[in-house]
Amino acid sequence: MLKLENIGHFYGNRQVLKNINLEVARGELFGLIGPTGAGKTTLLRIIDLLETPASGVMYFDGAKVAATGRGRLDIRRRMAFVLQKPVVFNASVYDNIAVGLRWRRQSRSRISQTVEPLLEVTGLKALKDKNARTLSGGEAQRVAIARAVAVSPELLLLDEPTANLDPVSTLRIEEMIADIYRRYRTTIIMTTHDLAQGRRLAGRIGVLVNGEMVQAGKAEAVFSMPHNRQVAEFVGTENIVPGVVASREGELAVVDLGGTLIEAVSDYGVGGEVYALIRPEEVMLAKQRGTSSARNWLVGVITGVDMAAMPARVNVDCGFPLVALVTRASLEEMGLKPGQPVYAGFKATGVHIIERPG
Amino acid sequence: MDELWRGFTQGIGLLVSLDPEVMEVAGRSLLISLSATIIASLVAVPLAAVIHLNSFPGKRAIITVTQALFSVPTVVVGLFVFVLFSSAGPLGGLNLIFTPTLMVIGQALLIAPLILGLAISALSGVDRAYVDTARSLGAGGLQVAGVILREARFAVVAAVIMGFGRAVSEVGLAIMIGGNIKGFTRVITTAISLETSKGELELAIALGIILLIIALVINIGLSRVQQRA
Repeated sequence: MLKLENIGHFYGNRQVLKNINLEVARGELFGLIGPTGAGKTTLLRIIDLLETPASGVMYFDGAKVAATGRGRLDIRRRMAFVLQKPVVFNASVYDNIAVGLRWRRQSRSRISQTVEPLLEVTGLKALKDKNARTLSGGEAQRVAIARAVAVSPELLLLDEPTANLDPVSTLRIEEMIADIYRRYRTTIIMTTHDLAQGRRLAGRIGVLVNGEMVQAGKAEAVFSMPHNRQVAEFVGTENIVPGVVASREGELAVVDLGGTLIEAVSDYGVGGEVYALIRPEEVMLAKQRGTSSARNWLVGVITGVDMAAMPARVNVDCGFPLVALVTRASLEEMGLKPGQPVYAGFKATGVHIIERPG
Repeated sequence: MDELWRGFTQGIGLLVSLDPEVMEVAGRSLLISLSATIIASLVAVPLAAVIHLNSFPGKRAIITVTQALFSVPTVVVGLFVFVLFSSAGPLGGLNLIFTPTLMVIGQALLIAPLILGLAISALSGVDRAYVDTARSLGAGGLQVAGVILREARFAVVAAVIMGFGRAVSEVGLAIMIGGNIKGFTRVITTAISLETSKGELELAIALGIILLIIALVINIGLSRVQQRA
């Protein structure tokens, strides 16, 4: 469906995209995540042919996209792009949704056949005749999405569709995107800085940091096995502990984390300088050394408990600082308090080892 | 002082009695300046959209020159048009000198830069997101221009009104290329100028009041439009 090869772009002297390579298959919902200013919007603008990249080649449906010329409008008409800050035209909700079809010179009856069902799907039927300018942010975003879907795009680009929305509107938009994806099987590329949202909605995810696609793959893989420290930090891996591979036996490596030895599944050789990534939700806490299958049990002291977080966060000092997520119920049952000794356990497969550049 | 007062009361009298000469001159003024405004707008507003929506070398320079022409003296435009259309000029064969047609052309030339410049800044005031949204929904060049002109319509109308105001109130150009011929090219401003120099204050004052009323109506219209913009 879409293939990008070595796309690079500058704003003035600042390089905003570096060598982006990406392939998105037809029918896929691809999530583009990354911190604000990483270049996500620029990449979408280039894909939608609103901007011409400084370097690189784009293929749409197998054909190379020319840098200039009338052909760009024809290709752009096979896509639709919902901007982060939705703008609605000074017209009724119905006319807003119909505008792309009118530009394609479709008949009045054809337009009505498309727009009416979309009003249902997006829950805008009651607002149909209202001036779109008078809508709330969430409603305007729904109009913007409906307006984009109305032109039956082969590729739908959504830029931070829930940024600046309240939680209820966010949920509603997410449901709408999932519904549209199920119903029309449109290929979707959606950016978000909300990791959880990317994880919920997207099948595959690309992580964009400082204009570079640092990792792309199945959502679960990106979250559980980040390629490097940057991705790990961005996807919310809180326990990133520097260490050295001390010994190994088959797949199993013993890693020395500043004097504390843990076992982990890894193929780094002995002496390799690494980071051990331990996801907080993989860490179990117990008053006695647990009997579960976890290979790693570390003794530590609780240094802090955050009850306000859901689930609660417990900070443990076990030679290195370790964050564990525990349900509030088990926290209360165990009566864990700062200053108490505790055992922290996690499986060898719960640790992800990445290279630590020297 | 007496003379002034007499002029003023007689002027009011001419207005109230709808004096044929006053009405004829005022009507011609409106007709010429409205025609000039329509022609200038038909050229300048679409051109503003083209300049605004495209990037090309020299764009900044064009905008700067356009803005500089806002305050070009009317007599300079008059001189330019005179040289072009006088019997010895390159367009002298058209025999347009001292005709209402040439006054329309001259006034259109005078106000086109003003309407162009103000329309460009009106369009620049439209959030870039409208252009992007329209293009992303598959709008072609004309359709994108339609979208931003629609969004900026009040500010564009304000630009057109400003142009009309400048056209109807200028005097230098009208005299130089119109010739102030009674019953043919005499307009409010040239009539005021002539009648005052002749000492016929009542006609001048009557026409002056009409011009003031036109200016007032323009300004009320302008502020209404700008409030909505």
